[in-house]
Amino acid sequence: MLKIKQKNFQLNEDWINNVKVNLSAVERRTSSLTKRRTVKKEYQVAWLLKAINLLDLTTLSGDDTFGKVEKLCHKALNPVSEIVISKLNIPYKSVKVGAVCVYHDLVSHAKELLSGKIPVAAVSTGFPAGLSSYQTRKKEIVNSINKGADEIDIVINRSFVIRNEWKKLYDEVKSFKECSKGKKIKAILGVGDIGTLRNVAKASLVAMMAGADFIKTSTGKEKTNANLNNSLVMLRMIREFYEYTGKKVGFKPAGGISTSKDVLSYLILINEELGSDWLKPELFRIGASSLLMDIERQLYHYVFGRYATNDKMAIA
Amino acid sequence: MNNIIKNFKNLEYGIAPEDSQDVYDWINKLPKPNNNFIDGQWQKPTSKKILTSINPATNKKLFSLNISNESDVNKAVKSAKKAHQFWKKLSSFERSKYLYSLARLIQKHSRFLAVLETIDNGKPIRETRDIDIPLVARHFYYHAGWAKNFDINKFNSIGVVGQIIPWNFPLLMLSWKIAPAIACGNTVVLKPAEYTSLTALYFAELCQKAKLPKGVVNIITGDASTGQHIVNNKIINKIAFTGSTEVGKKIISSTAKENKKLTMELGGKSPFIVFEDADLDSAVEGVVDAIWFNQGQVCCAGSRLLVQESIENKFIKKLKKRMQKLRVGNPLDKSIDIGAIVAPVQLKRIDRLVKEGKKEGAELWQPSWSCPKNGLFYPPTLFTNVTPASKIAQIEIFGPVLTSMTFRTPSELVSLANNTPYGLAASIWTENINLAMDIAPKIKAGVIWINSTNLFDASCGFGGYKESGFGREGGSEGIRSYTLNSLPVRSNKIKTSKNIKKIPHVIDRTPKLYIGGKQKRPDGGYSFPIYSYHKKEFICDVAKANRKDVRDSVEIASKALDKSMTNFNRSQILYYFAENLEKRKNNFEDLLVTLTGVSEKDAKKQFLKSCERLFFYAAYADKFEGVVHNPPLRGLTLGLKEHLGVLSIILSDDEPLLSLVTTMASVFSTGNTQIIIPGEKTSLISTELYQVLDTSDIPDGYINILTSKEHELISPLSKHENIDGIWYFRNSFKDQTEIIKSSTSNLKRFWCPKEKNIDWSNDSKNFLEEFLYQSTQVKNIWIPYGE
Repeated sequence: MLKIKQKNFQLNEDWINNVKVNLSAVERRTSSLTKRRTVKKEYQVAWLLKAINLLDLTTLSGDDTFGKVEKLCHKALNPVSEIVISKLNIPYKSVKVGAVCVYHDLVSHAKELLSGKIPVAAVSTGFPAGLSSYQTRKKEIVNSINKGADEIDIVINRSFVIRNEWKKLYDEVKSFKECSKGKKIKAILGVGDIGTLRNVAKASLVAMMAGADFIKTSTGKEKTNANLNNSLVMLRMIREFYEYTGKKVGFKPAGGISTSKDVLSYLILINEELGSDWLKPELFRIGASSLLMDIERQLYHYVFGRYATNDKMAIA
Repeated sequence: MNNIIKNFKNLEYGIAPEDSQDVYDWINKLPKPNNNFIDGQWQKPTSKKILTSINPATNKKLFSLNISNESDVNKAVKSAKKAHQFWKKLSSFERSKYLYSLARLIQKHSRFLAVLETIDNGKPIRETRDIDIPLVARHFYYHAGWAKNFDINKFNSIGVVGQIIPWNFPLLMLSWKIAPAIACGNTVVLKPAEYTSLTALYFAELCQKAKLPKGVVNIITGDASTGQHIVNNKIINKIAFTGSTEVGKKIISSTAKENKKLTMELGGKSPFIVFEDADLDSAVEGVVDAIWFNQGQVCCAGSRLLVQESIENKFIKKLKKRMQKLRVGNPLDKSIDIGAIVAPVQLKRIDRLVKEGKKEGAELWQPSWSCPKNGLFYPPTLFTNVTPASKIAQIEIFGPVLTSMTFRTPSELVSLANNTPYGLAASIWTENINLAMDIAPKIKAGVIWINSTNLFDASCGFGGYKESGFGREGGSEGIRSYTLNSLPVRSNKIKTSKNIKKIPHVIDRTPKLYIGGKQKRPDGGYSFPIYSYHKKEFICDVAKANRKDVRDSVEIASKALDKSMTNFNRSQILYYFAENLEKRKNNFEDLLVTLTGVSEKDAKKQFLKSCERLFFYAAYADKFEGVVHNPPLRGLTLGLKEHLGVLSIILSDDEPLLSLVTTMASVFSTGNTQIIIPGEKTSLISTELYQVLDTSDIPDGYINILTSKEHELISPLSKHENIDGIWYFRNSFKDQTEIIKSSTSNLKRFWCPKEKNIDWSNDSKNFLEEFLYQSTQVKNIWIPYGE
């Protein structure tokens, strides 16, 4: 297939309208996949450490304060207790999270605390609903970048998807990308709001055509967040987009991923559908807040042969 | 380097073997060789013959298998025979409790059984754990329900059933056989395949735990010779077989003399159809489940990929990428997709057929990685550039080998899909429900999966069309295969009257053959005489059909099938038929008296009953409906009753008008075309009837009548490969045996009722419905849905 190497891609409505997704078949794939692959013992440890690398450690609450962000940043820099790391006999520095993800107000504080060791991502464009004025949303991106944000998580206008207004969606995401001055943007589709997996697939394509560097499942605030089904559909679109354009777009599932078992399923899904190329922070992130605690407990169990009480794991 | 850091960099799956210690402990404690499970006890075989069973994943010896001989088989059958007397009389609740107990026990030992199956058969633990064993338990639960609801007043059990099962789904096939059989009050003698007997032996232990009455289930191990003893056993009333078409045909032939009841679940070369508007990524996964499930050793494996030309390149590219990701290796490893091939001979066969495929010019593709060396492994294999004529497109390979061909239009697809002697299953992938539901009835196969593949459930019938066998397993249709529906018989001979009717002198009649809606002179130009019953007075000469007339009528009957009719059309025609028949009352009553010697009163009765029978089947034409199964998934399974095709019906002289009308109308009402061979002495009844047919709007070619002498036409009819079913109601043991033996030419459905003095005037629903069941076959269409 012809590969077009270029930064911006035209909106291709034929491609979008031809997207086919069969829900039952998608469900069969995800339910069998998690039983076709597993990782055990030292392999599991390695995969879990990799998961930490891919984590967008997140706090997105109305009650976020400087204090809360301080804890979060500290945890981001020291995700696993020293004693576990030393027992695993691996270099301490290799274990850190992919990014810290916060609201605009806390960007500069996080930036300061992390002093460039870990990127800071800001949620933007009227997060989570994305329905404030177009100008305000664009301005938000610029402001966050001016405050030092390294990555911008934008939300798309879900009504464009529901009404199949692909041109409007394309134009809007494209203009957000232009505002981001070369910083990576992650387009949040709000999978829980757009009804069908077919729409998820179509919205993924439009966001990628418009220049999104990542496509992300959800804000974490909708009723349905990331699951293996909507993730599989998005990954297949990423693969198709790559095959057609040569551009590798990243993927970020968010919301509801809270156990080691969950996160391993996602890693396996990506490894099987896109290949290990995608298992790096440049192309894969997991948006989560409580997941890290569970990973740490699993590592603790591997090292000490028993499960730890939560109180032994530092909270973020 | 530290392993964790190494793994961190490479992110490999590593090894994840399922623990197998308990299972090996059990295997090692087995007697060498094993005992048979007969009469509720472990009995030492009298045979001294032994086979070595291997673990295909290592190709190393696993245990010693005893090859039971005739006397072992006889012992088992004797025990089953004795147990049947008790078991059939047990209350349905009591029988149900035993089946429930077996279902529970299977669940309680599910992991043990999964591991044991994987070690013995070589299939991945993922499959035994997530698919085989749960389906086994499901099957016993489902049939525990049938046992409870089995209406002993309506159906009878058959007796002792001999069951011979294959090695590809050892315990699952055992459950498909044993659960419905014992639920319906039969007892069984089951022989597992010689490569895979272990889970059957463990199942016998579960029967003991369930305190199943002794003799209800007997399990004897052995090879083909043991199977032959089961097939030949005179006491066994029914043989249920799953395996190759070749062996199935042999079984039919060798049981022909006894006219045993049979269920045959045979081979396949099932199409996997991808239309351009399918969800292609999902269809690729479908292919994985179709042909790389159980190493492709699946009778209903989607081994022929038929992909629409417009998307071929795109699809094949996706498929190859996916194949590259498949993992072949130790089947006990939890991260393995494809395990080991069951036996060295099977591996060699696959290898040989693949080499032949290459020689024939097809393009071979296999992933770049290589299989483990020590064990019986074969990589997933794709052939493109395959022609329909090539060997690999026709022969059932029974391995992980897929052949790909393209089609342009739906109609071309249908011809390609049906271009095989088999007819077990098909997968249809399209997002257009109109297209899917248009194609599904056109494909001659017993199971159709829409946007899915290899879905199984106890509630849905499974079984083939054409040379993939007959009889169904699972669902309500499977229950019919294990019940005996005896036809009503007359207690005494038909009464004849002394009151002799004088034959009036009329213009000579010229009864001809009736082919394609036209009266035809017989090809051979011969006739035979018809005489009156009492005085043996000559009446007239009747056309004598020969094999060329058979050829012509089959051709016309096959073509007539293309003219589709709604069941409402058929219903109207049968009513109209009755209307027109009634007008000729005197004519037929006279003939009945003259030809069969019955009293006028009895002739009147028969005539009236014949008109009523037409009404019965006219009424049923739009009421003999399919069912909607509800398997545990978001979707439906439609159990459609479809016609067989061209049926040939060979009648006796008994109640000639009524038997003719009963068979003719029932076969017509279900949408078949037919070739009727009336009883020799009463041929005139049928030739009189074709004039009624002519006036009743019966479409040309639907009903054809060939008159002939008693033992003639048997051979051309039973051998003809375009006849899909043959019914025989006469008394000749020799002809009946020939019919059953010759039916194997194309595995036509044969029905030769054991009852030879059928009471045609019987009105019971069971009796009259039997003709409808015998003239149809069930197609299960799985339709998962969701958006």
